[in-house]
Amino acid sequence: MTARHAFSRMLILAAAALVCAGWARAQESADCLTCHEDKALTGTKRGKTVSMFVDQKKFAASVHADVPCVACHADLAGKELPHEEALAPAVCSDCHGTESALHARSLHGRAAGRGDPLAPRCTDCHGNHAITKVSDARSPVSPLQVPFLCGKCHQEGTPVARQRTIHQDHILENFSESIHGEGLLKKGLIVSATCASCHTAHSILPHTDPASSIARRNIAATCTQCHAQIEMVHRKVIKGELWEKEAHMLPACVDCHQPHKVRKVFYDQGMADRDCLRCHARADLVSARDGRSMAVTPEHLAGSRHAKIACSQCHAGVNAAKERPCQSITQRVDCASCHAEVGQEYLQSTHGQLFVRNDPNAPTCKECHGTHKVLGKAQPASSTFPTNIPALCARCHREGQKAAVRYTGEEHQIVEHYRESTHGKGLSRGGLTVTATCTSCHTAHKVLPRSDTLSSINPRNVPSTCGRCHHGVEEQFSGSVHVSQAGKTTKQLPVCDDCHSAHTIRRADEEGFKLTIMNQCGRCHEAIAKTYFDTYHGKVSQLGYTKTARCYSCHGAHDILPIADPRSHLSRENVVATCQQCHPGANRRFAGYLTHATHHDPAKYPWLFWTFWGMTGLLVVTFVVSGIHTLLWLPRALQWRRERTRAEKAPGPPGPAADTTQHDGAHHGG
Amino acid sequence: MEHTTVDNGNERQYVRFTRLNRILHVLMIVSFLSLALTGMTLKFSYTGWASFLSHVFGGYETAGYFHRFAAIIMVGVFIVHIVDLFRRKRREYGSWKALLLGPDTMLPTRNDLTQFIASMKWFLGMGPRPQFGRWTYWEKFDYFAVFWGMVVIGSTGFTLWFPEFFTQVFPGWMINVATIIHSDEALLATGFIFTIHFFNTHLRPEKFPMDMVIFTGRMPVEELKMDKPAEYASVEATGELEARLAEPYPPIVIRAIRVFAWMALGIGFSIVVWIIYAMVFAYQ
Repeated sequence: MTARHAFSRMLILAAAALVCAGWARAQESADCLTCHEDKALTGTKRGKTVSMFVDQKKFAASVHADVPCVACHADLAGKELPHEEALAPAVCSDCHGTESALHARSLHGRAAGRGDPLAPRCTDCHGNHAITKVSDARSPVSPLQVPFLCGKCHQEGTPVARQRTIHQDHILENFSESIHGEGLLKKGLIVSATCASCHTAHSILPHTDPASSIARRNIAATCTQCHAQIEMVHRKVIKGELWEKEAHMLPACVDCHQPHKVRKVFYDQGMADRDCLRCHARADLVSARDGRSMAVTPEHLAGSRHAKIACSQCHAGVNAAKERPCQSITQRVDCASCHAEVGQEYLQSTHGQLFVRNDPNAPTCKECHGTHKVLGKAQPASSTFPTNIPALCARCHREGQKAAVRYTGEEHQIVEHYRESTHGKGLSRGGLTVTATCTSCHTAHKVLPRSDTLSSINPRNVPSTCGRCHHGVEEQFSGSVHVSQAGKTTKQLPVCDDCHSAHTIRRADEEGFKLTIMNQCGRCHEAIAKTYFDTYHGKVSQLGYTKTARCYSCHGAHDILPIADPRSHLSRENVVATCQQCHPGANRRFAGYLTHATHHDPAKYPWLFWTFWGMTGLLVVTFVVSGIHTLLWLPRALQWRRERTRAEKAPGPPGPAADTTQHDGAHHGG
Repeated sequence: MEHTTVDNGNERQYVRFTRLNRILHVLMIVSFLSLALTGMTLKFSYTGWASFLSHVFGGYETAGYFHRFAAIIMVGVFIVHIVDLFRRKRREYGSWKALLLGPDTMLPTRNDLTQFIASMKWFLGMGPRPQFGRWTYWEKFDYFAVFWGMVVIGSTGFTLWFPEFFTQVFPGWMINVATIIHSDEALLATGFIFTIHFFNTHLRPEKFPMDMVIFTGRMPVEELKMDKPAEYASVEATGELEARLAEPYPPIVIRAIRVFAWMALGIGFSIVVWIIYAMVFAYQ
């Protein structure tokens, strides 16, 4: 820009020099000064008597020092001197064509064209014979002077402010208190924004004009002239590039940083909440389209997290030029325009994917967070406060509700199960807000099914999800055989929920948990679990008692390691101490007890095998021999008894050893 | 004979067991049933019955205390019996030879083999019923079965009771071996007592449904004459019979004994049913 300017200026100067050479021959400026150096010289302008004195010193110091009078006062060219009094205004456009053209199209220029006596012309801002460089502090258009220059007309009480429609008020005061005004006027920063920085010097246009530097579409470009990297500062609010690409959808700078009042603070007043509430405070206001209530309770907003956010920041697209500014709103509220990261996560989630597919069941931000009453998750009244989350999710995920009926997995009655789980009890009975709720494991916005590798509850991610609270356990677990074997086995290795379950998590010191955990281990370690139940420990467990060694008593719970690992609870160094937890007198030979013994494996446990079969043989032989003896005895003894009874009834030769009337003592009770 | 009789309710009866023997048998019943019930809960822990019983006993730990307490009683019975043997040797027999090799010996003799073969013949209708004496061969078998069982189950039982002590000498896997022996020998003992012993002494038609002699110590002389003719002949020949007759117990005592005995018998049978159920239908 500056290079081009410098070049064009040089051309102009060169041309002017040539022209001046011509004029010099015809009319010397000195000829003009013969009259105009007289301080008493006066003339009449628009009926007023004004001084016609030209201060030669000042003129000589001006940028136009080398320009002859007739170059600007073109209508005097070739005229006899002294000239008539009525002269046309000096002509700037011969040299300053670009600026003149911009000015002609601007508000100021068009007003001048209409003959508006208040319309400013070149000389109103730049002066006439004493025009100095912009960089000269004495110039009325130097940065430090600009506010006062513009303020000559644009401040309260001036004819312009009184007689013309200017939408902003107290412009000069506001500006002087803004961060820009403060920088300029109090700190002397000449790079601080002045009126011309935003409104431009010559092309001043209303914001409704699309070509205006302050039109909604152009505001970002205007501000970024100085605030070049502003999107870096606002990355939490919005993706920088969108500001220019989709400016119509996004809040413009001035939505938050009001023009003229801009300060480095959050603004307690938005565009015009009062204007919105003129209609929306009415309780009976309904949508013409679908009849839903459009009423807004100001108290809800005032008590909400967004108390300091203006209506138009969320309901983007309002057009203040319209009678109903909201008429131009075409988009639904997009929370992601401020909550960009959360919005991205949401769109990846199952909830967001449903929303993308236009599913009527898709939960959007407001299903969980509400609308105008939105509160922060740390506020107990918020629907997203920990103690309220289960009920919030249950609205859709309770059996029979819309999310539950779509669900095809294995987890059922999740709300009821959760309430009975240790996390649920912690929440409902212990009142713990740090206990795990739905969102602790499933995340709040990035909710994904277990099968998705990005899901927080995908088996790969479960340890780190649980580890967010149970960090110590995660550390132990990550060193255990259940993690280190990954890749070495085709079997699915267990993660937290395989043993602890997902929604029915119990305290590990509860009886019920202690009894079921063996079945959990047994799901994979089938053979070894079976042999455990052949031993004393296993049998006691099977009876329903927990005061005996279970899998984790010896192997450890989360820090299970191969026996060959010296850190293992069952390594040669540690095994005796492990037994001593319950058997204080345990010694090394004691530790040789076979805790997973089976008598069905002659190769591995020959002693047990042969003992078992030896004992079984003894049993079989004993029972077979004595059984046959008894079975043979029974019919003979019955017959013997019958014979004796018969002999008693019929007196005669006595039966075998039966010469009395009584024989069966047992029948008579001795 | 002088006491062919009318009113057998008051008739004097032949005393076959001493008071000590009877007391020991009752203690044996109580301790054996307790051991069986509590022990089986562990052996058949996979059945619902085991779990139920274990809770009835007040948990596996309490059941364990019962088990060990009963074991102490049984060991006491064993010791008292041995002491009694010594005392009787000194008072009645004078020498071990007289006790162990005399006609009333508990040791198996050639005569027992002869009578066993004769019994087999009788069972098959090939001869008369043998003339059994003081102790029949099956009574001797029962007696030594208990002796054997006491040693085997007792020794392994103590190993399991004090594993930390025993493993100072024996390797750890001996505990596993002891478990198998203890448990299977117990199965043999309970199975044998509740079927074979019950039949041989109570359920065989000659005695059905219950032989009270081990509780009262007394049996009618006629019954002795019929069941153990050789013993009857022996005591009559030596003139001891009269000295060994005693008044029967009053009916109220008999009824009390009967209630106890039937309970013991009932529990025994229940255990057999449970074992069969556990081994046949619920085996894991």
